[in-house]
Amino acid sequence: MAFLTDRKRATGLGSAKSGTAHFWAMKVSSVALLILIPLFVFTFGPALGGTYEEILTYYSRPFPAIIAVLTLAVGFKHFNDGVQVLIEDYVHGISQKVLIIAMTCLSYGAAAIGIFAIARLAL
Amino acid sequence: MADVNRGNRPLSPHLQVYRPQLTSITSILVRITGNAMLITALLIVWWFLSAATSEEYFNTVNGFVTSWFGDLVMTLSVLGLWYHTLAGIRHLIWDNAIMMDIPTAEKLGWACLGGSVVLTLLTIIIV
Repeated sequence: MAFLTDRKRATGLGSAKSGTAHFWAMKVSSVALLILIPLFVFTFGPALGGTYEEILTYYSRPFPAIIAVLTLAVGFKHFNDGVQVLIEDYVHGISQKVLIIAMTCLSYGAAAIGIFAIARLAL
Repeated sequence: MADVNRGNRPLSPHLQVYRPQLTSITSILVRITGNAMLITALLIVWWFLSAATSEEYFNTVNGFVTSWFGDLVMTLSVLGLWYHTLAGIRHLIWDNAIMMDIPTAEKLGWACLGGSVVLTLLTIIIV
């Protein structure tokens, strides 16, 4: 520790490292979701409550299936970026890293499961 | 100087010394709604997975999602979703460094709160 200069210890700290890319990614996905969310609400919403056969027929149509796939993909990416900021604000140290990794795995995992399921319904 | 009193410094006044204000409430609501919707998203993924698996499994999951409890969760999610969407638009506006003065910011805040209720009622009527 005694060999570290104050300058060396301070370099690289502070907020201006890779924040811009993260901010921009959230901005892009938020604009995409601005289009996708209304489309998803008004395709998924009316379908919900239908029988098994009705759901199979509905989601074998390209439009609702593509909207659902895009919404899950972009939505979970947006969630993952957002939850990372939440964790970074309130959790620190090793638990911060563990939580960010866990939420990233959950986000991509859930998106993959959803997309697989919709593809199976649609094809 | 740099090693003096590290980690044992007095903390600056935090949340508890501030009176709740519309701007702070609408801000934290964005975070709460955005992160709470993970539950909804997972529920929807589960529903799609069940539909892709078998009729029996679908009936179980669909029964839960369309039960009174499922309806409650979905309705609250729609409210949260529209709030988060409107507040997101507010952030996209603010990113241009406009409409950030307090009177305008508070008007936008009320627009987000009121707008989300109106959009939720419209969604319930249409869907």
